[in-house]
Amino acid sequence: MVPINYYIILSAILFTIGALGVLIRRNALIIFMSVELMLNAANLAFVAFARAREVATGQAFFDGQIFVFFVIAVAAAEVAVGLALIVEIFKSKRSIDVDQMSSLKG
Amino acid sequence: MVIMTLDLIFFLVLSLIAIATALGMLLSRNAIYSALFLVLNFVTVAVFYLLLGAPFIAMSQITVYAGAIMVLFLFVIMLLGAESLPKAQVLPWQKPLAGFLAVALAIEATFLFITRARPPGDIAAPAETVNMVDSLREMGMMLFNQYLLPFEVTSILLLVAMVGAIVLIRREKRVH
Repeated sequence: MVPINYYIILSAILFTIGALGVLIRRNALIIFMSVELMLNAANLAFVAFARAREVATGQAFFDGQIFVFFVIAVAAAEVAVGLALIVEIFKSKRSIDVDQMSSLKG
Repeated sequence: MVIMTLDLIFFLVLSLIAIATALGMLLSRNAIYSALFLVLNFVTVAVFYLLLGAPFIAMSQITVYAGAIMVLFLFVIMLLGAESLPKAQVLPWQKPLAGFLAVALAIEATFLFITRARPPGDIAAPAETVNMVDSLREMGMMLFNQYLLPFEVTSILLLVAMVGAIVLIRREKRVH
């Protein structure tokens, strides 16, 4: 039996690694991947809480899982648009270093 | 008792893999290695979902995240040829500050979760009687009754994202 706290701590650690990636990396693609990692950490917490409630009440609840399902769908949409933006930025700047993206136009 | 311990050992090994692959994603210099580490991480999280008795979410995780999203990432990395960035001047205080902030965030998040959320205790491994078809049927019923509106909104969101991506990528017509 695994205490739910373990899942929460793991989720917090994964979220922190994702946040760290956003803070220290300059490659826009890696920053984007770190955002995905943070979404995943939140999803893990969702499913763990849903399971804990299921165990506590002895009844099946799917609300948490359905929420994770929606998060996955939204993440897919976000990735499509975000990668299109990155490709567009690369076309105009020839680089995806976020330090170079300091001007709004061109 | 033996099964409980096995469960815990399984969890610990998997979480070690998850953290190691996340760190590998963070630290590798080559973007392709980062993407592959992230695929491994997503698969590990999918196994966690299986452990938590959520087979449908685990399968969606593998197909959507590890499959579709990461293939898109790899495709863009290879398309741009942007595996690694040239060295540029970096702010010297950025990394220590980021490390400090991350440690603070981890401690705060764990502390708040554990003290405020009042979790109801242990998580048992999914019972061996877990019926995948039944749970899938129930989840589908819920998705198309109680959560029908969010579901439809999601479909519109996906359509909008698709149109947005196409408009962004499309070659602009020269007006002049």
